[in-house]
Amino acid sequence: MLASLLQNLINALQWGSFYALIALGYTMVYGVLTLINFAHGDVFMVGAYIAFFVASFLLAAVGLPGWAALVLAIPLTMLLTSLVGVSLERIAYRPLRRKGVDRLYVVITALMCGLILEHANLATFGASRKAFPTLLDEQVYTVAGVSVTNLKLAVIATALLVFLVLQRIVTKTRIGMAMRAIACDRFAVPLMGISVDTVIVATFALGSGLAGLAGLLFAMSYPILEPYMGALIGWKAFIAAVVGGIGDIRGAFLGGFLLGAVEIMVVAFFPSTFRDLIAFSVLMLILVWKPTGLFGVARTTKI
Amino acid sequence: MQRYSVPFLLAIAGALLVYGAKAEWLSLYVVSVLMFMGVNVILATSLNLVNGYMGEFSCGHAGFMCVGAYTASILGVLLFSGHKAFGEAWLGPELAVWGFPVLVIAGGIAAALTGLAVAVPSYRTRGDYLAIITLAANYIILSVIENLDIIGGSRGFMGMKKIVNGMEETLELPWMPLWVFVFTVLSVWLLRRYLSSTYGKGVMAICQNEVAAEIMSVNTDRIKTVTFMLSSGLAGVGGALFAFILGYVNPGSFNILKSTEVLVMVYLGGMGSLSGSVLAAILFTLLLEGFRFVIPWLNDLLHQLSLVPESYEVSQVWKWVLIPLLLIVIMQFRPEGIMGNRELGDLFPKLKRFYRFK
Repeated sequence: MLASLLQNLINALQWGSFYALIALGYTMVYGVLTLINFAHGDVFMVGAYIAFFVASFLLAAVGLPGWAALVLAIPLTMLLTSLVGVSLERIAYRPLRRKGVDRLYVVITALMCGLILEHANLATFGASRKAFPTLLDEQVYTVAGVSVTNLKLAVIATALLVFLVLQRIVTKTRIGMAMRAIACDRFAVPLMGISVDTVIVATFALGSGLAGLAGLLFAMSYPILEPYMGALIGWKAFIAAVVGGIGDIRGAFLGGFLLGAVEIMVVAFFPSTFRDLIAFSVLMLILVWKPTGLFGVARTTKI
Repeated sequence: MQRYSVPFLLAIAGALLVYGAKAEWLSLYVVSVLMFMGVNVILATSLNLVNGYMGEFSCGHAGFMCVGAYTASILGVLLFSGHKAFGEAWLGPELAVWGFPVLVIAGGIAAALTGLAVAVPSYRTRGDYLAIITLAANYIILSVIENLDIIGGSRGFMGMKKIVNGMEETLELPWMPLWVFVFTVLSVWLLRRYLSSTYGKGVMAICQNEVAAEIMSVNTDRIKTVTFMLSSGLAGVGGALFAFILGYVNPGSFNILKSTEVLVMVYLGGMGSLSGSVLAAILFTLLLEGFRFVIPWLNDLLHQLSLVPESYEVSQVWKWVLIPLLLIVIMQFRPEGIMGNRELGDLFPKLKRFYRFK
C-alpha cells in the first residue's frame, strides 16, 4: 500500500513536472502582458519536434554518442524553440499591441497561431507518428518496492532546478525586476527608461525555451511524437497555471504538480477514462472556492 | 413598408429555400451548406451575447451545443424511432412531424440548465478565471458523455436519420432546411429582443463596468444568470439542429476546435454586433467550404509551376493553415472585426429608411 502510494507519487511528480514547465510559459507571458498565449501548447509540440530533429541529426549525421547528443540537444532545442516563440511575438502579437486593440483580439490571434503551427506540421511531416531516438540508457532502480528510472528522476530534478533558477532570475536580475515592474504597472515602466519590448521578448524567449525543454523531456519519456500532442496538454497546463493563480511562478509550479497528482491518483483508483472528468471537476471546485487561484491576489477595482 | 420589409424578405427567402430543396433546384450539397450556415449563425450570435455584449470570455460554447445535441437526439430516438438500448419507440415515427420542434426546444432547455454551471461561478469570478471555468465545463461535458456507455460513449450515437425520414414520409416536405431556417430566424430575433429590453441594457452596463452597474441598481447576478442561460440554451438549439442534420453525433465533434471556430466567427464579425456575427458566420461557412475547391486547384497550380516536389500533394490539411493565416491577416488590418460593435443600420444609415428589425 505504502509502496504503491510512493510509486504513484513519483509518477505524479514526473507528470506534474511537464505541466509545471509548460504552465510557466503561460504564467510569465500573462504576468507581463495579461495575454493568454494560447499558442503555447503548440510551441511545446514544436519544441518536441525540434528536439527530434536535433537529436536525430546529432546521432546520425554527426555520430555523437547518446549522452553527448543529449548535452548538446538541450541548449540547441531551447534556443530554437525560443526563436519560434519570439518570432510569433514579433509577427503576430506586436503589431496588434501597437494598435492598442482589445486584448481578446490578441487572444484569438494566439489561437489562430496555434492552429497554424499544428496543421502546418501535420501538412509538412504527415500524420505518421515519429519515434524519438533513445539518448539515455534507461536504468531502473528499485528501492523498497518502488521502482524509479533515471529518466524520471532527471525530469523531476530538472523541473525543480528550473524553478530555483527562474525564481532567482525574477527576483535578482535586472530583467526579472523589469518583468515584475511591468506586471505591476505597465504605464510607468517606459517612463523609467525601461524598454518594454526588450522585456517582452525576453519573457517570450524564456517561456518558449522552457516549453522546448519540456518538449525534449516529454519526447524522451514518451518517445512518440504527433502534431496534436501539444493541444490537450497545453490547455491543461493553462488550467494548471490559472488554478495556481496566473501571473505567479510559484502558482504555476504548484498548479502543475497538483494537476499531475490529481490525474495520476484518478488513474490509480478509477478507470482511466475518468481522468479528465475528475481532474477538471476538482480544478473547477478549487476555482469556485478560491476564485483567483491559490496564489492569486484579488485586485480591487476603482470606479 | 419599413415595418414589413424584413418579415417579407425572410418569408421569400424561406419559401425559396423550401421550394428549391423540394424541387431539387438546389443540390443536396448546397442545401446542407445552407443548413450548416444557419447553425453557425445561431452559435455565433448566441456566443456574441456573452463574449461581445457582456464582455466575458467564454470558450466552451461547443460543450453546451453538445448537451443540446445529445438531449434532442436521445429524446427523439426514445419517442419516435426506437433504439437497441432503450427498446421500442414510445410514440412512433409518424408523430415526429409534430414532435420535432419540441425536441429542439428540449435540447435548448437542457443546455440552458447546464449553462447554470457556468452562471453560478460567474457571480464571483470574472475574466480569465471565468474563461477557465467555461473551458473546464466543455471538457467535463465531453468527458461525461464519453463515459456513458449506454449512449455509445466516444463511438457516438445515431438513429436520427430515421426520425427525419419519418417526418418526410408523413408529409413530403424538406423539413430539415425549413426548421433550421425557422430556428435561425427565431433565435436572432430573440437575441435582438433580449438586447433591446431592460435586461439587455443591464448586460451592456455589466460590460462597461460591473461595480458601477451594481451601484446603479442593476441586479448583476440575475442578469448574468439569464444571459448565460439564454446563450447556452441557444447553443443547445444549434446543437440539436446540428445533430439532426448530420444524423449522427459523437463527442469528438464538440471539442475545443469547435468552440474555437465559434469564437473566430464572433471576433471576425465584431464583438457586440449581431449583424456582424450573422455575416461572419455566413462568410466563415463559405470560406470553409470554398477551400474544398480551392485546394485541389492550388495543388494543380503549384505542380504546374513546379514549386513543390512531384511526390507531394497539397492536401485538405492546408485548409487549417490557410484559414487561420487569413484571419491573422484580417486581424492585422481590421482588428475590430468586420462590423466593429456597430449594426448594419449604423454602418449604412440610409438603409434604416427601408427596414426595422427589433
